Amino acid sequence: MRRLLTHIFGAIGRSTLSSLQRTGDATMLSLRALCCFFMPPWQGSHIVRQLYALGVGSLIIIAITGAFTGMVLALQGYYMLAKFGSESLLGSAIALSIIRELGPVLAAFMLIGRAGSSITAEIGIMRVTEQLDALQMMAVNPVGRIIMPRILATVIALPLLVAIFDVVGLAAGYVIGVDLLGVNAGAFIGEMVTKVAMEDLNIGWIKAAGFGLLIGAICTWYGYRAEATTEGVARATTQAVVLSCVSVLVLDYILTSFFL
Amino acid sequence: MLRVENLSRRFGDLLAVAPANIHIRRHQTTVIMGGSGSGKTTLLRLLAGLEQASSGHIWLDGKHDLSCISQSGLYQLRQRMGMVFQYSALLNSLNVYENVAFPLHEHTQLDESVIRTMVMMKLEQVGMRGFEHLMPSELSGGMAKRVAFARALITDPELVFFDEPTSGLDPISAGVVSSLIHRLGQQTRLTSVVVTHDVEAGLRIADKVILLWQGHVIAEGTAEDIRHSDDPRVRQFIEGNPDGPIPFSRNETPFHEALMAGL
Ligand SMILES: Nc1ncnc2c1ncn2[C@@H]1O[C@H](COP(=O)(O)OP(=O)(O)O)[C@@H](O)[C@H]1O
Ligand SMILES: [Mg+2]
Repeated sequence: MRRLLTHIFGAIGRSTLSSLQRTGDATMLSLRALCCFFMPPWQGSHIVRQLYALGVGSLIIIAITGAFTGMVLALQGYYMLAKFGSESLLGSAIALSIIRELGPVLAAFMLIGRAGSSITAEIGIMRVTEQLDALQMMAVNPVGRIIMPRILATVIALPLLVAIFDVVGLAAGYVIGVDLLGVNAGAFIGEMVTKVAMEDLNIGWIKAAGFGLLIGAICTWYGYRAEATTEGVARATTQAVVLSCVSVLVLDYILTSFFL
Repeated sequence: MLRVENLSRRFGDLLAVAPANIHIRRHQTTVIMGGSGSGKTTLLRLLAGLEQASSGHIWLDGKHDLSCISQSGLYQLRQRMGMVFQYSALLNSLNVYENVAFPLHEHTQLDESVIRTMVMMKLEQVGMRGFEHLMPSELSGGMAKRVAFARALITDPELVFFDEPTSGLDPISAGVVSSLIHRLGQQTRLTSVVVTHDVEAGLRIADKVILLWQGHVIAEGTAEDIRHSDDPRVRQFIEGNPDGPIPFSRNETPFHEALMAGL
């Protein structure tokens, strides 16, 4: 009995320590990347290239998810609001849900799936094939050249993608709500304009930037520290995606409760 | 040029490189030989500062200690070094030309036309001119290695590390590469550290040979010293005998006994 308890608590302690240690290591890597941003050499072209790869590459998928989210919200919202006879609130209901919550979270998920996984896999493969070591031997800091542009790109790209998600989602909600379900167009827009404050938009983009930072930090760290084998990279990619999704939801809860 | 004191590296319980004292002289070709798994790559990575030493010091020019130097100091020194990795380590996102030009683009302000001339010269030296638009994924192992060779030499470094420069090359390219290392040592006074398990090529180009066995330095000297050594372990290695003091398998118990005991 005593040995069992020791065993259980020992295991809990060990895994807590190791996750704390890894969190610390990941934070240090991101901080080093941040330092590299302010130190020469200037990596402008690499940041732009990553922005293009992550941002422009994710446009279509973000637009599609945004459209369907708006459409579903319109259907579901109409169904619920109709029970209270307040269909006219549909516009503000859709807008608040998308701008405050669903836009940042769903866009973050899409970015994780589309870009986060490839960031981890790419850096992990560079580790396996010694490309990171080769950079070091050519006196190029891989943290500045590889890690920093990717973190920065996710931080900048996600708020922009969220903006597109929001616009497309609202437009799709309008089409379903007004054209299909017959909500009055004036009421839809009017409610939306009066109920959505600048603060709601601010929350949206603050969340998006936070999620972007989280995704960039997690996915680059998993790649950078991946075990230098094929399975190591595969495992790192899975773990990076899962942990990114979970931490986005946790951070979302924290930020939402903070701003309410 | 490089003086190594008491340098060792452990991976968990495994002693990959036992505490070693090594002296790598300027303008010489030092060849590190040993069987696979004897710690050659680990030793080379330690010398290049890519691997953290478990103990010991590495003195460059007698004044910089590579085992405890700041990151920026190390980058400064590395501009004078080059390395050819065992599996080439070309940057996947760049083509052959961009890979070879990379160090110049990073650290010099040279005109693109000058860079082009330099890159073409190096590619010609390794017989890879005409392939400059290929991506690394389109190269065979031997071709990639020759490109890596050109990339390591493009900045005219003083000190170059080669990890198995001839393995995976066809006999002709291997000959070209070994004679290139040899020639560079003679003409440009390059200091090179070559890791190889190719005994003949190694002894041919070496000014000094270091023989490793399970992380331990078991012999050190000129190629002649090694050829005429009467240490049975050295003889077994250079003659390639299956039988001798060096066991082919690292296991303590012979396989037939393990088999009888149910593995
Ligand atoms: N990153 C590592 N982690 C654990 N063990 C390692 C690592 N790198 C090398 N080793 C071990 O160190 C020993 C020497 O490896 P290495 O230097 O690659 O040998 P060589 O290049 O001579 O074939 C091997 O037994 C290998 O398994
Ligand atoms: Mg090796």
